[in-house]
Amino acid sequence: MAFPFPDEVLEHVFSFLHSDRDRNAVSLVCKSWYEIDRWSRRRVFVGNCYAVSPRAVLRRFPEVRSIEIKGKPHFADFDLVPEGWGGYFFPWTASMAVSYPWLEEIRLKRMVVTDACLELIAKSFKNFKVLVLSSCEGFSTDGLAAIAANCRNLRELDLRESEVEDSSGHWLSHFPDTYTSLESLNISCLLSEVSFSALERLVGRCPRLRSLRLNRGVPLDRIASLLRRTPQLVELGTGAYSADLTPDVFSSLSGAFSGLKELRSLSGFWDVVPAYLPAVYSVCSGITTLNLSYATIQSTDLIKLVCECHNLQKLWVLDYIEDSGLEAVAASCKELRELRVFPSGPFEAEPNVALTEQGLVSVSEGCPKLESVLYFCRRMSNAALCTIACNRPNFTRFRLCIIEPRKPDYLTLQPLDVGFGAIVKHCKGLRRLSLSGLLTDRVFELIGTHAKKLEMLSIAFAGESDLGLHHVLSGCESLRKLEIRDCPFGDKALIANAEKLETMRSLWMSSCSVSFGACRLLGQRMPRLNVEVIDESGERPETRPESCPVEKLYVYRSVAGPRLDMPDYVWSMENESSVPI
Amino acid sequence: MSLPLLGVEGGTSDVTKVTGSFSLKESPDGLSLGLKERNYLGLSSDSSSVDSSVVSGQLDPEAQANKFNTKATELRLGLPGSQSPERELDEKPLFPLLPSKDGIKNAVSGNKRGFSDAIDSFSDEKWMFHRPDEGKQLLGQGKFPNNAAINVMTASRHSGPQQPGKEVPSKPLLERSNGINLSGGANNAPAAKAQVIGWPPVRSFRKNTLAAASKGNDEVDGKPGPSPLFVKVIMDGAPYLRKVDLRNYYKYCELSVALEKMFSGFTLGQCGANGTSGREMMSESKLKDLLHGSDYVLTYEDKDGDWMLVGDVPWEMFIETCKKLKIMKSSDAIGLAILVKLAPKGCFHHIYGTRDGNLLFLPLPAFLFNPALRKPYCIDSIASHDILAC
Repeated sequence: MAFPFPDEVLEHVFSFLHSDRDRNAVSLVCKSWYEIDRWSRRRVFVGNCYAVSPRAVLRRFPEVRSIEIKGKPHFADFDLVPEGWGGYFFPWTASMAVSYPWLEEIRLKRMVVTDACLELIAKSFKNFKVLVLSSCEGFSTDGLAAIAANCRNLRELDLRESEVEDSSGHWLSHFPDTYTSLESLNISCLLSEVSFSALERLVGRCPRLRSLRLNRGVPLDRIASLLRRTPQLVELGTGAYSADLTPDVFSSLSGAFSGLKELRSLSGFWDVVPAYLPAVYSVCSGITTLNLSYATIQSTDLIKLVCECHNLQKLWVLDYIEDSGLEAVAASCKELRELRVFPSGPFEAEPNVALTEQGLVSVSEGCPKLESVLYFCRRMSNAALCTIACNRPNFTRFRLCIIEPRKPDYLTLQPLDVGFGAIVKHCKGLRRLSLSGLLTDRVFELIGTHAKKLEMLSIAFAGESDLGLHHVLSGCESLRKLEIRDCPFGDKALIANAEKLETMRSLWMSSCSVSFGACRLLGQRMPRLNVEVIDESGERPETRPESCPVEKLYVYRSVAGPRLDMPDYVWSMENESSVPI
Repeated sequence: MSLPLLGVEGGTSDVTKVTGSFSLKESPDGLSLGLKERNYLGLSSDSSSVDSSVVSGQLDPEAQANKFNTKATELRLGLPGSQSPERELDEKPLFPLLPSKDGIKNAVSGNKRGFSDAIDSFSDEKWMFHRPDEGKQLLGQGKFPNNAAINVMTASRHSGPQQPGKEVPSKPLLERSNGINLSGGANNAPAAKAQVIGWPPVRSFRKNTLAAASKGNDEVDGKPGPSPLFVKVIMDGAPYLRKVDLRNYYKYCELSVALEKMFSGFTLGQCGANGTSGREMMSESKLKDLLHGSDYVLTYEDKDGDWMLVGDVPWEMFIETCKKLKIMKSSDAIGLAILVKLAPKGCFHHIYGTRDGNLLFLPLPAFLFNPALRKPYCIDSIASHDILAC
C-alpha cells in the first residue's frame, strides 16, 4: 500500500513533537519514519556522554542544530568523583566542528571544557547562538574571549556554577562594538572581576538583553547605571549587595529598580546589607523567582522581602529564614511551586538557626501548588513527614537532607521509614527523591512498592542489607538514575537485578559493600553495561581478594563500549579480563 | 575512600590510626569514646597519649593565641636542623621555626630542601593545628551562636585535665563512611563529628561562598568555618591535577604522605631505569626515596600569587593562605629564590644553600611584620650587606 503522505508532510507533523521520547517512539514505527525523523531531528540530548560515541550521534542525526550533553555523575558535585575522571567535551567538539557546521546551541553539564574547545567552537560554527556551561570546568577567561570575539550571533552565554580560571585578560571587551545580539548573560560564577565599563557598554548596545546575572565583583553602587540601560530585563542577578549606606545610592538604586517593569527573577545578593533590600520592593509584586541562597541575613529581613512577593513561584533561601519565616511564606506566597532551603552552617555540630521540620510542614500546608522541595534541616519526625505527604500529594521532587547521617525520628527515636513511606504512598507523581536520616530496609520496600514514577533516587547512610537495594531495583519501574553512598548494599541485589541496570541511565555506588568479584561478574555478564570501578589506592584491584569491596562503582548503559579516556584509577570490568584499555 | 579523613596512613608519627572501628567505652570521667586522643604536640609533660575526653576543655583561648603568635614565629638564625645559641629552651616553644632537639630528622645542612625534608624537619609535633573555634565564643549577633563544633582530630591543647563539666550534647557518633551503624546513641558519647567527604551534600561553590561570607560577618576575625578547603595539586609531568581538602590534615607530614600516595603513579618518568610503564605503581617507599633525594619539592601559591616552599609557616597559617599546591622538580624550584626583606634592624631569614650553589631564602610568617614589606625580591636586587650570615 502506498503511503499516502509525502515525506515533507510527515516531517511537518513530527516538528510538533518536542519531547525526545516522542521522537524516539516515532522513529521506531517503520523504516521510512526512522529516516524522516533522522533527517529532521534538530535537537539531541545525550544524558551520559559515554553512552554513545560522538560519531554515532553525528551519523544518525546529520542535521542537528542543538545539542545537550551531560558528563560526570551527579555525586561529582559533592567531591565524590576524583579529578581527572573524564567527561571531556573535546572529542565532541572536534567531531561536530566537521559535521555540524550549522550548529547553534551547546548545553553541557558537568563536563570538562577546555579553552581549546571554546576556540574551536568560536571558529567552527558560524551561526553559533547559545552556550550554556553548567557546572563545567577546565576553561579560562581566554576561552571566553575567543567566544566573545568570534561569535557574531551569540545570544546566550551562561556559565552557571562553572569553575573558570582567571587568565586576567579583559575577555568581556572582546565583544566587538558591532555586536548587539546578546540576550542572556550569566557570569555569576566568575570569581575574577570583569571590566565594569566594558559591561556597561555591552549591555547598553544590546537591546534584547533580558537576562543578566552578574558576579560578586560588580559593586552595588554601580548597578543602578546598568539597570537604567536595560529596562527590559526579565532576570537579574546582582553582584555583591553591599555598599556604604548613603541616601544617594539608595534612591538611585530604588529608582533604577522601579524602572524594571518586566523583571520576574532576582538572584545574587551576596554580602547583603539589609538596609538596601527595600530598594527592590517596587518590583517584588512581579517577581516569580527569588534566589536568596547566598544572602546571609536574618530572618526578619528575609521575611520582609519575601512577603512582598505575592506571586512568588520559586524560592531559594538559606535556613536563616527559620520556621517563623517559612510560616510567613506559607501565608503570603500562595503561588509557590518550588522551595529550596540551604544550610548556612552545614558543618557545625549544633544548630545555628531555628529551622526545623516545622518550617516544611507550614509550607506544605499553606502552599497548595508546592511540588518541588529541597530542604536541609537537623531534625525530622515520621509524624511531620506524614503530615507533609498528606498535605501535598502533588510533590514531584522531594529531597530532604537531615544533616546528621542516620538520625532517627527525634520524637520517637524510630527510623524514618514510615515517614518517607508516606511520601511515596501519597505522592504518586514523585519523580525525584533523596533520603536521609535513620532508615532500614523497610523504607526501600515501601519505595519499591509505591514509587512507580520515580526516576531518580539518592540514598546515603541508609538500609541494612541487600534486600533494601533489591526492593528498589526490582520495584521502581521508572528508575533511571540511582546513586548510593555509604550503605551496606552488596553483591546479591546487584547481580540479581543486572538486567534492570540496562533500563537505567546509570548507577553509582560508593563506600558500599560491593565486591570486586561481583563487579567483574557484572561486567562479564552484561556487555551493554560499562562497569567501572574507581580505586585510588594505587594497586590493581586484582591484587586483592575478590571479596574485597570496591571504593566506588559506576555502572551505565552504553552502546559505545568501554571508554578510552579513563584515568589510572578507573578500572573497566570487561568481558575477557579486567585490564583497562 | 581515597584520602584518609582521620589518622595518617603510613606516617611515621605517633598519631593513632583512627579508623572506622570506634568502640564506645567508659573512661574515668565517663565522657569518652574509645578514641585515644593523641597529643599532637608531643610537648606536654606527659608526651604519651592522654586518655581523656575528646572534648576539648576550657582552654584559655587568649593564652593559646598568644603562644601561637609569639612562639610560633620566633625566628632563629641558622640552617634547619641547627640550634642557634641564644635559643631558650626552658619552656618548650609551641611553634619554633626551627626544630628543637627532639624533632630533628633530616638536619641536612647545605642541601636543597626536598619535599620530605621540608615537611619532616618540622616534625609532627611542632605545628599544631589550632582549631580556633574551640572554646571561643563567637561575638556578633545571636544568629551566630557559639560554635561548639568538636572534631575527633582535636589535638590536646595542654597537659592539664579536661574540664568534665563542659556540656556535651549526646548524639550518636558520626562514624566514617564504611557502613558501620552506630545510631541509637543511648550513650553519652560527645558529639565528635568527623568530616565526611561530600556530606552534607552542598556544592563547593556554595560552601566556599558561605565560608567567605561568614568570615566577613564575624566579629572574630580569621575564623575559618570548618568547611572543607579544597586546593588543586599539580605535579610537573602529571596528566591531570588532583584536589586535596586541606582540612583533612593537621600537620605537614600528613599532607606529605597523602600527596605521596596520590602521585605515586606519576613519577614513573623519573625512574626510567626500571622501565615501569602503564599501570605499575611505584611503591610508596620508592617514591619517598625519590622525593627524599630531592628531585621534587612541594610548593604552594599563596594569596598574593607568590610561590613558596611548603613547610615553613605554621600549619594553620599555611591553610589560610594556600591557594594551590604544586609539586615541582627541584631544578625548577631553584628559581624560587625568594627573599623577604624586613625592616633593617634585625632581619631574620632562613637561608639555604642549594645544590648548585644558589642561596635559597624563605619567607617569614606574615603576622610578624608589615605586610607591605612582604613583597618578594629577586635575589639579584639585594645588596650583599643585606644578606645576613647564616
